[in-house]
Amino acid sequence: MSQKIQLTLGQMAAGQTGTVIQILGGRGLAQRLEAIGIRAGKKITKISSMLFRGPVTLRVDQTQAAIGFGMANKILVEIDTST
Amino acid sequence: MKILLMGNPNVGKSVLFSRLTGTRTIASNYPGTTVGFTKGTLKLEQEQVEIIDVPGTYTLEPTSKAEEVAAKMLKEGDLVIDVVDATNLERNLNLTLQLLERPVPVIVALNMWDDTHHRGININVAKLEEFLGVPVVPTVGVTGEGIRDLVNRIPEATTPKTTYSSNDERWIKIGDIIDQVQSLSHRHHTWRDVLEDVSNHPVGGAILALLVLAATFFVIRFIGEGIINYVTDPLFNWLWTPLLMKLSLALGSQGFWNDILIGKLINGEIDYLQSFGLLSTGIYIPLAVVLPYITAFYFVLGILEDVGYLPRLAVLMDTLLHRVGLHGYAIIPSILGFGCNVPAIMATRILESRRERFIAATLISIAIPCAALQAMIIGLVGQQGMQYVAIVYGSLLASWVIVGLILNYAVKGFSPELIMEIPPYRFPPWRVIGEKLWLRVSGFIKEALPIVLGAVLVVNILYMLNVFDFIANITAPILTGLLGLPKETVVALAIGFLRKDVAVGMLAPLGLTAKQLVISTTFLAMVFPCVATFVILARELGARDMLKAAGIMIAAALIVGGLQNLVL
Repeated sequence: MSQKIQLTLGQMAAGQTGTVIQILGGRGLAQRLEAIGIRAGKKITKISSMLFRGPVTLRVDQTQAAIGFGMANKILVEIDTST
Repeated sequence: MKILLMGNPNVGKSVLFSRLTGTRTIASNYPGTTVGFTKGTLKLEQEQVEIIDVPGTYTLEPTSKAEEVAAKMLKEGDLVIDVVDATNLERNLNLTLQLLERPVPVIVALNMWDDTHHRGININVAKLEEFLGVPVVPTVGVTGEGIRDLVNRIPEATTPKTTYSSNDERWIKIGDIIDQVQSLSHRHHTWRDVLEDVSNHPVGGAILALLVLAATFFVIRFIGEGIINYVTDPLFNWLWTPLLMKLSLALGSQGFWNDILIGKLINGEIDYLQSFGLLSTGIYIPLAVVLPYITAFYFVLGILEDVGYLPRLAVLMDTLLHRVGLHGYAIIPSILGFGCNVPAIMATRILESRRERFIAATLISIAIPCAALQAMIIGLVGQQGMQYVAIVYGSLLASWVIVGLILNYAVKGFSPELIMEIPPYRFPPWRVIGEKLWLRVSGFIKEALPIVLGAVLVVNILYMLNVFDFIANITAPILTGLLGLPKETVVALAIGFLRKDVAVGMLAPLGLTAKQLVISTTFLAMVFPCVATFVILARELGARDMLKAAGIMIAAALIVGGLQNLVL
């Protein structure tokens, strides 16, 4: 069994991959994230984050996207830990 | 019959649109309240049908103004060609399934089909068709592959009218479809991926941005000056001038027609910046000063747009733009503004809130000089030395920052966070870039040339009627007192409302000092948008906000002009 670590996308390190558990926000946010492919159950990889709490870039499926730092902290991710 | 081209943003709808409507169609922005879509026609079974390129949308529940336009347009369509990015099938199918719930026949174009092979994506088209219950045709917009097939199958478009009780149910269905239709195979890391990784890195991205910026300036100047030195100036000097001199002689070198057509002769010669006749300055400014730089600018912009660099710049600039109440995406309309403020202000629609659109539109109008104005500033102020051009640009940049900080503080509301898709880098064929450049350059000639000629005509007539002396005397206190400009400059500043390039041209014969040139051109750039921008501002912001924006522009221009007068 692998260990279960939950982080927000904002807290994740660049290059880390995990599965989206929950969107910690209202329906409006969930809808907008869903539009670019981010929703519970999806694999998500953090690519990088800009300095000074700038936007976070990520990959879901074939899509690369950037979202604000605040939003990134509302995406709860269970990190893949290879055993 | 009206056919709508709909799909997620950046799936190649517009490329498909120009493929479908052919080269003979003039794609034009449709005036009216529901602007933002382009229409053309296609001949389908002996019938002319209208094709409308609808702004990209992720969902039929709109979250931005551009998406609102899309949702509204859907009600007027008789058939929808749903353009789907084959490399992003899962996400794109969300809109597709939403469309299938509507009472309108749908056909799916599985676009960017060629890219699926590079990316190791295998899609079973027949099976997808079965699942969706509507025709699915693989297409490649840039090469034209599959377009004929798509057109042939348009009559097969149907309305399955499936309904889903909730978003979740829809996503479950999409998951099912993807599982059975798509399979992925491993792909190698290509140099495209490497370039993408560099752009995403906070430091690597910044270095790349500086390189791109430097290359942009260099290429624009190289091409712009190249066209002027080797094409337009020789043409004017060796072909046009002798012709005009003959005409002038035939007209007796003076009198009404000579003044209107040729203008004043300076030492018996035509001076293209000073003579101010319709056929001299009126033709020279748009074609020989502005056009070369417009061509150069749109060439570089077209490449940056099509390669997919601008969204990456938006990510990089996001933190900075939040300081002025915007987010990173606002960089795209701002950059468009360096070409022309009209499309730039229309492009502010991609911003979500009214507050952002107001701030972005105001900042663009105040501090982003269009290519026509820039070409004239570089041409005229540059004669005095490039350091003066630098002062003009520096003043504009400072105004952008300061006005932005103030607006962010003063305008009520908050700025939403950035959320955007970053497209993969793509390298479109030169033909595609060339066609886009031609569309923009010919658009400039068609739209700007008549206004420039009209402005020159108005100037000449008003001069003859001595209207200008009257205005000049009234406004003299502000101009000379606050800005330190001779009272004659008011004429140029007033003409700036018609065309800013002509206005700068009118400063040429006044014999201004370098300082006065800096002040007057900065003032012209800031004070008021040209009439075309003004109309768009009123339409996009509404009359009240437009007046507010105009007030801010006038105040900012007077303050900056006054400061320059004190400091320089």
